[in-house]
Amino acid sequence: MGLFGRGSFSSIIQKIFGKKHAKIGIYGPPNVGKTTLANRILRDWTGDIMGSVSEVPHETRRAKWKKDVKVNNGNSSLFMDIVDTPGISTKVDFKEFMNTYGLSRDEAKRRAKEATEGVIESIKWLEDIDGVLLVMDSTQDPFTQVNVTILGNLEARNLPVLVAANKIDMEDSSPATLKSAFPQHPVVPISALTGYNSDNLYSTMVKHFSKKRKKRRR
Amino acid sequence: MAKKDNGISFNLVSRQKLNSLSSNEKLKFILKEVKKGKILVLENGLTPMEQTSLIEDTMREIEQDTFIGVEMEGYGEDSPTFLQKLFGVGKKPRMTLIGPANLLHTVRKDSNMIQTKIIPGRGAK
Repeated sequence: MGLFGRGSFSSIIQKIFGKKHAKIGIYGPPNVGKTTLANRILRDWTGDIMGSVSEVPHETRRAKWKKDVKVNNGNSSLFMDIVDTPGISTKVDFKEFMNTYGLSRDEAKRRAKEATEGVIESIKWLEDIDGVLLVMDSTQDPFTQVNVTILGNLEARNLPVLVAANKIDMEDSSPATLKSAFPQHPVVPISALTGYNSDNLYSTMVKHFSKKRKKRRR
Repeated sequence: MAKKDNGISFNLVSRQKLNSLSSNEKLKFILKEVKKGKILVLENGLTPMEQTSLIEDTMREIEQDTFIGVEMEGYGEDSPTFLQKLFGVGKKPRMTLIGPANLLHTVRKDSNMIQTKIIPGRGAK
């Protein structure tokens, strides 16, 4: 091995120029549009999709991962491993799947069991990512405990967070509320469904996630 | 025979009690009480890392017919002042409300007030 080992050389380059490759987790509560956004990003930059979407909460119950997605912003670009994580919640009630969404008892119980495992998996992934795209529903109250907990956790780890204020195609959306609720983080209004303002999201992602940072592990 | 009390138990847990416990002990204590149907008001609250661990532990404890998880509401941590920082005082967790999700329901929360509703008829056994 030469004067610089491979790891140390790349870390020196990273310290000088910032990141060129980052593992980005898409996080948020259930049903805010995480997989719709993951699909949007992949469709725009790879022509692929990440997974199925549904109005029934906890559709994504296992984390899905797409490596080496190159996102451009003018002359700069960033390679990202995109991780679409299951929605984080503090409760999972199988009866909600039955009574609100018409699932059979067995289906509802299986979905609930897998959903609890999915939440644990999402939390485990926090140990292994470089930045977070935190998706929030801009038609809903932003101060949910899940949002507050995830943000506090990421701030404690000193991980960069970009808030995607999703569903701005809906009439009652209020991305301004999200911006005022979390002024310490960049908030980009977006419709993952229609693609509205996705160019702004991509340029902010490249700028924000490329920055050099000292990552804190707890 | 003593008459069975069907009321809802609402417990304020002091800062001293919480500070005397390690993070693991604190989470075990909270989940044990909440699984009994009690609502806890923690004077000191939990750090974001403890809250995340509580969510993880809750998911492991869910029993579909008896325990569907927790309702937890609190505010972000208080940032220390410049002087406090100089003396090494870190961020402090603030008051947090935790209860069983089938009993406690958050109606509204903003930066000044947390409004919750207790679903009647499901009190602590």
